[in-house]
Amino acid sequence: MKVYLDNGGTTRVDDDIAKEMKVVMTKKYGNPSSVNSMGEESRDIVDDARKVVADSIGALAEEVIFTSGGTESNNLAITSLIGKKHIITSSIEHPSVKEMCKQLASEGYKISFVQPEKNGVIDPKKIEKEINDDTSLVTIMHVNNEIGTIQPIEEIGKICKERKINFHVDAVQSFTKVPIDISNVTSMSFSSHKIHGPKGVGALYFKKGKKVKRMLFGGHQERDLRAGTENVPGIHGFSLAVKKEQPVEEIKKLRDMLIDGILKEIPDTFLNGDKERICNNANITFKFIEGEGLLMHLDMKGISVSTGSACSSRSLEPSHVLLALGLKHEDAHGSIRFTLSKYTTEEEIIYTIKQVKSIVKKLREISPLGK
Amino acid sequence: MYTNEVIKRFKKPKFMGEMRNPDGIGKVGNPTCGDLMHIFIRVEDEVIKDVKFQTFGCVAAIASSDALCELAKGKTLKEAKKIKDKHIVEKLGDLPPIKHHCSILGADALKEAIKDYEKKR
Repeated sequence: MKVYLDNGGTTRVDDDIAKEMKVVMTKKYGNPSSVNSMGEESRDIVDDARKVVADSIGALAEEVIFTSGGTESNNLAITSLIGKKHIITSSIEHPSVKEMCKQLASEGYKISFVQPEKNGVIDPKKIEKEINDDTSLVTIMHVNNEIGTIQPIEEIGKICKERKINFHVDAVQSFTKVPIDISNVTSMSFSSHKIHGPKGVGALYFKKGKKVKRMLFGGHQERDLRAGTENVPGIHGFSLAVKKEQPVEEIKKLRDMLIDGILKEIPDTFLNGDKERICNNANITFKFIEGEGLLMHLDMKGISVSTGSACSSRSLEPSHVLLALGLKHEDAHGSIRFTLSKYTTEEEIIYTIKQVKSIVKKLREISPLGK
Repeated sequence: MYTNEVIKRFKKPKFMGEMRNPDGIGKVGNPTCGDLMHIFIRVEDEVIKDVKFQTFGCVAAIASSDALCELAKGKTLKEAKKIKDKHIVEKLGDLPPIKHHCSILGADALKEAIKDYEKKR
């Protein structure tokens, strides 16, 4: 049986979206910058898509910039919104924010990394405390990609608005699954391939009146804010994905079944992050074993998951997110992230629980820990 | 990322498990770093008659432990002391560079087990 539980990493593209994209690629392939009718047709596709994305978050079409994805959106927003030399962020951000901030630190910016509480939620008061006269930007993710916890962006947004500070939100994981309120937000990032759209496309909401600092120079695309011929099939596919309903309650039901099944049937396991989280995420530590081994065994059984263990990454450090929650190193090494989608079935979850149980038992027999 | 030999040993390690009353135990690594290896040896007439391991660690760490055990079994202590990380890597076909420390850990664990045996004797 094939079970894909790495939807936090990327998702399967909807069949009908792939089909529609093919039509754009092979029939409606004009360049939106061209004056000919083929170009006009493509321009309409991009304009329609922009309206779909804007409407989905209650923004104006002119406040949406199409990008190559979440990373570019985050980079572009941060680059644009810094002025004074102090930035506030959290210690559990996605690398596209974390590494950007580190880069800025090397250029002389001061960065405050706010620690989350033990449940993986950031206390807005801690952010407020860090604000000083030099603060130009607060950048916080809406939903954490590893543990799925939801950050109080409305409250943080209010604080930023009062103090007249720019507030950027990375909403890559939450988009279409968690309600989004942009009223106190300066900018927000979205990605297509996390919501059953194609890879290589995303968007940035950027509040009217604020100035975008260009990163790509060239043609006049995206109202002169981002040069380069538009990824028309990708943008079209993305907008179709935005229009689709996410069966949040169904996904949540299966996710809860997975968490309850594992925690109940396997001793010495615990959930990482607050129970209140995005519908499709379960991040669980299996004590006394190492995540990569569990991941590989599951993979051999057809089940795709991911791990916060160091061994699966290029570095030897385990997940910075799990360490920020105060997990011991060995417990961070033993974590597995299961992320479901609308394609996940009950049968798959039952199969997964069964496989996890027998593999964990086997790996614990090999392990010298926990006796 | 891994050779077939690594996967094969990881999947079905031949030498896994605890040994009752071993003649020597080598414990190396640290769970904080994600690797902890215990090697147990039984020695008769200066020959390693039996060897087992218990490892908390990644795929490479488990495969390295198992390869080490196979290399050590049946060797005299003198021969066994010469087993190095590169022999483990050879036995496994190869290891990704970032996983090389797993083979070093294996070689160290065996040395510690022999040391433990010699100390007890």
